Amino acid sequence: MKLIFEKSRKGHSVSVLPPLDVETVSLPAGMDRESALRLPELSETEISRHYKELVDQVYGVNNGFYPLGSCTMKYNPRIDEEMASLPGFTGIHPLAPAEATAGCRKVLKEAAELLGEISGMDAMTFQPAAGAHGEFTGVMLIKQYHASRGDVNRTKIIVPDSAHGTNPATAAMCGFDVVNIASAPNGCVDLEALKAALGDDTAGLMLTNPNTVGLFDPNILEITRLVHEAGGLCYYDGANLNAVMGRVRPGDMGFDCVHMNLHKTFATPHGGGGPGAGAVGCKAFLKGFLPGSALMGDGAPIQVRSFAGNFLVVLRALAYILMLGREGIPEACETALLNANYLQMKMREIFTPAFDRLCMHEFVLDLSDYKKETGVSALDVAKGLIDFGIHPPTMYFPLIVHEALMLEPTETEDRETLDRVAEIFAAVKQQGIDDPESLHTAPHKAPIGRPDEVGAARNPIVRAEL
Amino acid sequence: MEHLNYQFSRSHEWVKEEDGLTWVGISDFAQNALGDVVFINLPEVGDEVTAGDPFGDVESVKAVSDLVSPVTGTVAEINEELLDSPELLNSAPYETWIIKVENVTDTEELLSAAAYDAFCETEE
Amino acid sequence: MGNFLPSTPEERQEMLGALGLKSVREFFRDVPEEVYREEPLNLPAGKSELEVARYLKALSEENKQYHLILRGAGAYDHYIPSIVKYIPAKEEFLTAYTPYQAEISQGILQSIFEYQTMICELTGMDVSNASVYDGATAAAEGVSMCRSRKRTVTLVSGAAHPDVIATIRTYLYGVGTELKIVPVRDGKTDLEALKAMLTPDVSSVYFAQPNFFGQLEDSEALIAAAHEAGAMVVMGCNPISLAVLKTPGELGADVAVGEGQPLGMPLAYGGPYLGFMATTKKNMRSLPGRIVGETRDANGNRAFVLSLQAREQHIRREKASSNICSNEALCALTAGLYLATMGPEGLKEAARQCMAKAHYLAAELSRLPGVSLPNPGPFFHEFVTALPKQDEVLKKLDEAGILGGLPVEGGLLWCVTEKASKADLDKTVAIVKEVLA
Repeated sequence: MKLIFEKSRKGHSVSVLPPLDVETVSLPAGMDRESALRLPELSETEISRHYKELVDQVYGVNNGFYPLGSCTMKYNPRIDEEMASLPGFTGIHPLAPAEATAGCRKVLKEAAELLGEISGMDAMTFQPAAGAHGEFTGVMLIKQYHASRGDVNRTKIIVPDSAHGTNPATAAMCGFDVVNIASAPNGCVDLEALKAALGDDTAGLMLTNPNTVGLFDPNILEITRLVHEAGGLCYYDGANLNAVMGRVRPGDMGFDCVHMNLHKTFATPHGGGGPGAGAVGCKAFLKGFLPGSALMGDGAPIQVRSFAGNFLVVLRALAYILMLGREGIPEACETALLNANYLQMKMREIFTPAFDRLCMHEFVLDLSDYKKETGVSALDVAKGLIDFGIHPPTMYFPLIVHEALMLEPTETEDRETLDRVAEIFAAVKQQGIDDPESLHTAPHKAPIGRPDEVGAARNPIVRAEL
Repeated sequence: MEHLNYQFSRSHEWVKEEDGLTWVGISDFAQNALGDVVFINLPEVGDEVTAGDPFGDVESVKAVSDLVSPVTGTVAEINEELLDSPELLNSAPYETWIIKVENVTDTEELLSAAAYDAFCETEE
Repeated sequence: MGNFLPSTPEERQEMLGALGLKSVREFFRDVPEEVYREEPLNLPAGKSELEVARYLKALSEENKQYHLILRGAGAYDHYIPSIVKYIPAKEEFLTAYTPYQAEISQGILQSIFEYQTMICELTGMDVSNASVYDGATAAAEGVSMCRSRKRTVTLVSGAAHPDVIATIRTYLYGVGTELKIVPVRDGKTDLEALKAMLTPDVSSVYFAQPNFFGQLEDSEALIAAAHEAGAMVVMGCNPISLAVLKTPGELGADVAVGEGQPLGMPLAYGGPYLGFMATTKKNMRSLPGRIVGETRDANGNRAFVLSLQAREQHIRREKASSNICSNEALCALTAGLYLATMGPEGLKEAARQCMAKAHYLAAELSRLPGVSLPNPGPFFHEFVTALPKQDEVLKKLDEAGILGGLPVEGGLLWCVTEKASKADLDKTVAIVKEVLA
């Protein structure tokens, strides 16, 4: 495809602004921009067609099956978009007087109450703009808590080796040393490894439950008890909250603070990578450390970004929760579990589950044996799926399973789709046996073939030459 | 065997003595396991390195691996050519040194080329 | 009750049967009894789409929509061309995941590549990332990427936005880097104080151009002082102003950051906004977040991919310099689209109009008795007035549907964009005049 710059023609433009009706003003000498401003020049028709060309090369949730494990790619309701485009929300300045923003503040308050009930937390902030940003905020709560007690030797955060990369990266950003603990053979926390890691230098534990292999840790109460006994706090990574919402609450499992990815569990769109929202909830004893009220070492409150957060994302999540309500929330959760288990059952005939048992909302396939037999890797299979019109699952994650494909179908798929997906996986598997080369070079029907990622990294071209 | 006179660490770095300095690179086994190297993070001349501790890392497209120093000493030279041409680590691992170390005070237990080749077979 | 399940309870029961199960309760067999909730949570009953739409519309109407917004301070009321609202609402753009699967994500990847190029053009820098959360986090990530073992102090101009300062403070508190605030003099960063604070342990200096008070800093002198002391410079920028102001690239800044909201995003009570970050080629690998690169596919055709990923948390884990994963991709697409729609001349015109109209309002207000401009320096589209009866002025403007300047230390901080007409501004001045009479 041509870049928008390559479609630019001198003098083409969109008529947007009226003529200036006051006197022009010049900048003081020496302050003017000297270099040419080489933005593209196009008419509105040309712009419209350019983005049409781009959008035709994007695969969204509405295009078809999107089983990205740990990403919860559920259907994003259109009504949420309509609410988020109401002028009474979009036109509100974040620093307008309180009486002019009553509606926005009610949205945030109501969303905080509902999400507090769902997570079992007492207080909430919406400032974090994404899951990782929520993790940062949550671990900062832990840091401040220990600091406020003069408990300054708690320098370590424990993270299982199955965790998302954001967990250890977050702990490091907050100034903690990361203690990675190996998972038990069943994919859950190894209690002995946890006990060995705990001590009077433990600041806290970051955990996803169900974990990244889609299993609920049966020792969860023991885990949080052990961390608390050692004087640490427990952080719940809400990436997998869809698997328990309405039935199990992080707060009841013994977690002290939590982030929720509103763009996963609460159906707000991913936007090709963002914006999301990482609502952070905490128990009452941590409330004083939240943005706006918290005190750092020098007495200033913590703040993780400007203003109140990604308001329009929170608004969409509120619309979703209001529609599902107390019956719909657990029903969505249970249907997600049903779909995952149904698909895992179908897949068991095709590839090897990494943990062959009932799962929660997602499961992991281990293609190591298949790769040994055919030379076809998990990556090759993923690329082969593209030719059948479905989005590949999450690949090579979690790191504790080699040749991993991780599938999370979510609740917004029907049985016919899941049956068809299983047939597609079987077909791709057979293709790998009959003609492995065709999978090494897949996809063949996508807009592009496999890109040269090595070349891209060795010789980075990260902007257009104009 | 082009690397017969080299010694090896169990973390797959090679070591040789030349011009009064200790040269450090990565083994053919290591470059194979890494895949296409796309970038290398090097220490600065004058930095202290410690036997058994990382002194930099190499990136492939989907992974990053620590470079572990087989010796304790001071970095005397770094191979800046690798910043532009990291692929040399793949194409000629034994001709491509990464750092040269001086004032070496400690060396971890190293393997001969033959012993290292045997060690790699157990790693497969 | 709203429900987005494409299956009936009967169909689901059949699927359960296929699994050899009787109840969905069996999926929770690893959950300790004492934490499993049989009874529904204390949530309202589910509602239909119509009920929810009616309810939220009513909430939106509890907000006040002003006819004219003369307040900025980090969130700017620019005109958003219609096409800029409609294209990002296309379902595929809206609902796609992060473009890890390049073969079916070229549209998103190319939109980011074009955005990166436009940010480089605006700032005069070599490399832009694919966005971070907002301007404040961009600033915090910017000073974070300049940290080094040997230099452990960060200096931030006291004339920066208070939210930016607070966010930088929070990020640096996390890693234990010391933050010092450079004093303000006449509404600008105090150059002499900065020079005195530039000790050999300073890693970077952050200042904003224009600054929080709307004043144009003497960027050249600030940057020269920092560089002389061996410190890097992170420069906060208003993207509209970059159409006419000397760029961070021209000035020699090391990192350019800013709030991208003026580039086509609505005020929306604070978000989603867009943090942009750009730097020099030399510092490319220190840049946090995603970066899209151009390459070739197996057939030799142009292709785009997420590149340089080994910098990021999913590979580098605790050694990554930032934990950022999700960013503001759709806002970056919107910004690119806005810049293409405005074009070079349109963006310059918007910048010129902001500046001219702000100066017109400043001049007209300062003509009124008791009104003065405490900061003597040049400004772009924001300025502070000291004026009597501040609260009453704001109240009268509010009654006329005008959101007046923001109360800050020293007076009211006004902002004027291209949206205000001369008639709007004359009406504003007339109301202020009446209050002060």
